[in-house]
Amino acid sequence: MNLHEYQAKALFSDYGINVPEHRVIRQPAEIDEVLQTLGGDSWVVKAQAHAGGRGKAGGVKITHGLNETRTAIEAMLGSQLVTYQTDARGKPVNEVLVEKPCDIARELYLGMVIDRATRRVVVMASRDGGVEIEKVASETPERILQSVIHPLVGMQPYQCRDLAFGLELAGDQIKQFSRILSALAKFFLANDLSLVEINPLVVTTQGELLCLDAKVNIDDNALYRHADLSALRDLRQEEPREVEARNWDLSYIALDGNIGCMVNGAGLAMATMDLIKLVGGSPANFLDVGGTATKERVAEAFKIILADTRVRGVLVNIFGGIVRCDMIAAGIVGAVRDVGIEIPVVVRLEGTNAAQGREILRHSGLHITAAADLTEAAEKIVSLVAAS
Amino acid sequence: MSILVNKQTRVICQGFTGKQGTFHSEQAIAYGTCMVGGVTPGKGGQTHLGLPVFDTVKQAVAQTAAEATVIYVPAPFCKDAILEAIDAGLRLVVCITEGIPTLDMLQAKYVADEAGVRLIGPNCPGVITPGECKIGIMPGYIHRPGRVGIISRSGTLTYEAVKQTSDLGFGQSTCIGIGGDTIPGTTFVDCLQLFEQDPGTDAILMVGEIGGSAEEEAAAFIHEAVSKPVVAYIAGVTAPKGKRMGHAGAIIAGGKGTAAEKFAALEAAGVITTHSPAEMGRVLSDRLSSSG
Repeated sequence: MNLHEYQAKALFSDYGINVPEHRVIRQPAEIDEVLQTLGGDSWVVKAQAHAGGRGKAGGVKITHGLNETRTAIEAMLGSQLVTYQTDARGKPVNEVLVEKPCDIARELYLGMVIDRATRRVVVMASRDGGVEIEKVASETPERILQSVIHPLVGMQPYQCRDLAFGLELAGDQIKQFSRILSALAKFFLANDLSLVEINPLVVTTQGELLCLDAKVNIDDNALYRHADLSALRDLRQEEPREVEARNWDLSYIALDGNIGCMVNGAGLAMATMDLIKLVGGSPANFLDVGGTATKERVAEAFKIILADTRVRGVLVNIFGGIVRCDMIAAGIVGAVRDVGIEIPVVVRLEGTNAAQGREILRHSGLHITAAADLTEAAEKIVSLVAAS
Repeated sequence: MSILVNKQTRVICQGFTGKQGTFHSEQAIAYGTCMVGGVTPGKGGQTHLGLPVFDTVKQAVAQTAAEATVIYVPAPFCKDAILEAIDAGLRLVVCITEGIPTLDMLQAKYVADEAGVRLIGPNCPGVITPGECKIGIMPGYIHRPGRVGIISRSGTLTYEAVKQTSDLGFGQSTCIGIGGDTIPGTTFVDCLQLFEQDPGTDAILMVGEIGGSAEEEAAAFIHEAVSKPVVAYIAGVTAPKGKRMGHAGAIIAGGKGTAAEKFAALEAAGVITTHSPAEMGRVLSDRLSSSG
């Protein structure tokens, strides 16, 4: 689960991590009061949306004077922000963060992530903050400093100092950096984060360290023990069909094609999409119905797939292990009947009682094509969709 | 021959009297697995499925001489269950449960490594040596005893691979579902090493998927240390790039993780790959018949 920048910064403040003085605006009526409270005659105005690349997409502006600032904020509120990380519709902007600008002497990068390869929480820091950090990592990897947090003892002061010296910080800045990093490590571990990133972490001309941006990603599996963080979830930033699917414990991701997919198991679901592509078709979605493909869940899955109007046919691929294929077939027949599906549906059942399952499909009187084999199933749906 | 488990492996179940534990233990017993008991705190002294129930794993080990455990307890309690199993001296811990917080696994894996305990999973179908020992949720009947080792990050896609090899007349020495979580207890490399050393395994089928760098690490290991033929399929060629917010994940992965990169790394290491999930068995069969 992702947090907005303003939510992340509020949590940073709770942990004593320095962020610029800021306010959040949700309604145009709040603008004047907020600008007065913050003071000054220049502000940083930031659209709040779950997308990277906001700056280049016009979602971050430095404005001067009340009128220019008011206009900028009003234009952002209620707009859709399109960046290189979003689709063409973009993400809705329902909040705007307004901050006091600061005079920047240096821009650093500081990140923390769970690294699969080392199976540890790894800290990354670089002198080259503010720019495209991935480019720095691929072109000059020696400019990304790393430090591994020990699972037993946590982040140690010497590790903070080590990175601070590597970042060419001096004097009081070393203490400030160590304070920020040890607080960040506590924040990460106490809240089950999977990623936190500050880009840039700036050194002001006054010599102060300040987090100008904040990205936080929380481990979904751990949300059950963080009710406070769960409450911060902004469903408006998520694909509505994905949210609906989650309510039914279905895992759904929309794609660009026209063949809907319903599969049990994430790996098999991806493999099914790959196979559709391999035989010349284009998958419309990823959908994992999970281990218990009951009639109700199958019906909901069909509804979610068909809500995408580009879908011209559906491929159902179920490997019945513990679940019996005849039960699943009955579920599919019931769901197709209830939902009233008129486009071609190809079903491939394999595993326990697969033959009985195929019989049920054959005698359903519905527009369902049974396929015995995985390749045949993919070829059938692709040709049916091409002919429709 | 096989790896990790065989007919003699004495297995207990944690979460034994729960719905999942009961159903899958029944299946395991029917398959012939040497189940010797189970653990449900507060139900010690009872008998369940004809086997003794214990309050603690320590008691179960003391009474039954168990050496392996399978964990079906709910995700919030899995770290505790794994640590209890390690503390009780079991050598093999198989965790089936999905949805365990990553930081819980990070700690559990650390403790398992320190203790020299083999942890498999979580979020996996388990491990099976066909005809001898089934620990997990896989349907037993699709397997047949044989000489192909199967390693997979997926559940149902593993069954697909197993059934394809069985249908073509190749059985399996052992099949391991290592699970798809960020921090798996056992990796491809661990399993490749075990299969390479196992005289009962002639060839290895690897089923990977996008994300992480486990397949790339496997490729490097195969190049260095695996003499047996390896066939691989990677799922997720068409999967969209993850909707990520920050860059830290991409930086640390160093450009690894896509299906194309994984296929390329494996092919460079001499692995025969297939881009069709329907062809895993056939490609393996071709590879084995070409080597006579």
